[in-house]
Amino acid sequence: MHPAGRPGTQPLTTPSSALHTAPSSSRFDDPVSADADRPRLERSSSGAVEAHGCWTALAFSSQRDWKALAASLAQTQAAGAAWDLRPIGQLDHIGGQMLWNHWQHQWPAQLEMTEPQRAVLEQVAQYSVREPEDPQPTWWDYFLRFANRGPHMLETAQRFVTLIGQFVLDLGTMLRAPHRAPWRDISGHLYSTGATALPITALVGLLIGVVLAYLTSQQLRQYGGETFIVNILGLSLIRELGPVLAAVLIAGRSGSAMTAQIGVMRVTEELDAMRVMGIPHGFRLVLPRVLALAVAMPLISLWTSAAAMLGGMIAADLTLGISPGYFMQALPRAVPLANIWLALSKSAVFGVLIALIACYHGMRVLPNTESLGRRTTSSVVISITIVILVDALFAVLFKGVGFR
Amino acid sequence: MTEPIVSSPGDDAASAESAVEIRKLWTVFKSPGRAPQVVHRDLDLTIRRGEVLSLVGGSGTGKTVLLRQILGLEKPTKGEVSVFGAPPGELRAAGAAKVGMLFQRGALFSAFNVLDNIAFALRELKVLPDELIRDAAMVRLQMVGLGPEHAHKMPSALSGGMIKRVALARALIMDAPLLLLDEPTAGLDPESADDFCDLLRSLHRELGLTVVMVTHDLDTLFDLSTRIAVLADQHVVITGTAPEVMAHPHPFIQKYFLGGRGQRAAQALHEPPPVSRR
Repeated sequence: MHPAGRPGTQPLTTPSSALHTAPSSSRFDDPVSADADRPRLERSSSGAVEAHGCWTALAFSSQRDWKALAASLAQTQAAGAAWDLRPIGQLDHIGGQMLWNHWQHQWPAQLEMTEPQRAVLEQVAQYSVREPEDPQPTWWDYFLRFANRGPHMLETAQRFVTLIGQFVLDLGTMLRAPHRAPWRDISGHLYSTGATALPITALVGLLIGVVLAYLTSQQLRQYGGETFIVNILGLSLIRELGPVLAAVLIAGRSGSAMTAQIGVMRVTEELDAMRVMGIPHGFRLVLPRVLALAVAMPLISLWTSAAAMLGGMIAADLTLGISPGYFMQALPRAVPLANIWLALSKSAVFGVLIALIACYHGMRVLPNTESLGRRTTSSVVISITIVILVDALFAVLFKGVGFR
Repeated sequence: MTEPIVSSPGDDAASAESAVEIRKLWTVFKSPGRAPQVVHRDLDLTIRRGEVLSLVGGSGTGKTVLLRQILGLEKPTKGEVSVFGAPPGELRAAGAAKVGMLFQRGALFSAFNVLDNIAFALRELKVLPDELIRDAAMVRLQMVGLGPEHAHKMPSALSGGMIKRVALARALIMDAPLLLLDEPTAGLDPESADDFCDLLRSLHRELGLTVVMVTHDLDTLFDLSTRIAVLADQHVVITGTAPEVMAHPHPFIQKYFLGGRGQRAAQALHEPPPVSRR
């Protein structure tokens, strides 16, 4: 039997367990095994192949030892040779698997081993199977996938239209029985998408106002049209930049949160639980989010525009010497009131779109992490794109409104 | 198969060789606006090498929290946990080679298929050839009683019982000396639960694993555990073999083991498996 005199071996173990127990020092303390525990092959005097050391996953995790062992295994012929495993300090299933693979899934002609080693190897032998073929996609599959894109897009459009239709129906239900509407949810979402977004939108708006004022003041000074900065800032910020900027920020901030929330509810089967209780998703999840954002979005847009105007006013004062008093006086003349109404209604539409897109993607999340990540990304990217698209549409449709 | 590698519970050397030592452990959950909730108060527990220890306790007595503290996933409020003589954080750095954990809900990586889930820890060593890793993972899959046809399924396509089995296979892949199981047989059909017990018993015998198990399944409890630790009143009331524990007069134990279900399960109580040592 193998002498149990390796460093760190517990001498109190019985002989058979000594062959299979871990010397505590190597197994538990030091990933780089001591020399005696290094897995290796040796030729015995009788010509048999002797395996020494620890044949465990932990021992193989040392790159150096593994390379040495793999090299000596490659030199040893598998069949025919006599094998002696008794000197092995510890053999686990990974070590057993390695030997078994080296023997090409056959027992060698002559094999000496201890009972625990036999148990491990027999288990490996019994359960070793080839991995089944995983069918790889062929060119035809790729072609079909490509060809399927058109119908798939139609399907997506259909689903989205269904979602909008459902929202309108839910809105009808709510108007007919307002006492049963999810008011608490609406106010909760109003707070989380609206009130908590105020600091970040103010900061971004302010900075954009400053930047825009500085840039235009450079150009205006060349033509001596300094006072026109009020017109430029007023019109561009209130009519365009404020609403779009706010919508982009909210899409990134609240849209992604909505998708992730509903998506996780899908993963944890909360959506199914709701459905079983007879609570419709549209009425309880989509409606409050859409309504809350439809109300919050115009307010945030106004708030962002105000912050941007403040920034522009400060910058105009600093660069062109236009006093805030003059600025405020000239603003109503430069920007007719219709622009504010246009901005507000535009923002409400943005809010509805962002919430609907976020909810749509949340509902379509599959129960895995990858899908959750992909859906959240698409929700943000698509809502920002749609916001800019719809903004362009508004610009074309209302080109005759709000100018003097 | 082999002669039983027995050590009596009174063996001095064995008690010196503890796998997990928990000393004067306090766990307090604080949440703003509420009174702090004391889960563990001066909890002491020693888990010896090579034993199968079952943690038993009512809901909310902090069994899972204790497992997480042994793993180093959570820090106790006060007190000391040491695993193989080192703090649990160091153990975690050594990874899957030292400890395997079966989480209550499986915690499979949802982006990988079954085979990649099982092979993950081995692959992360970045040493072994892929073929060997795949073969080893296939062996584990078969061991836990799943056919090769499940190898390429995604976790979302598995049933609850299959998720448990795959998670067990993943916990076993490195033959780690310490195996923590959180509700291993919950959600398994009786036959699978029996298979699971057989598998664990044979692994315990062949590899001398130390197993810490949280379970409410009395059959598994009596079938596998060499010792049972009962958590109640925020500490370990008693640790001992099943008959020792059942003789304790604590009201929780009386209700738990000597209710109708306990009586039935205890009738089938046979000799617990011997303590093996590595």
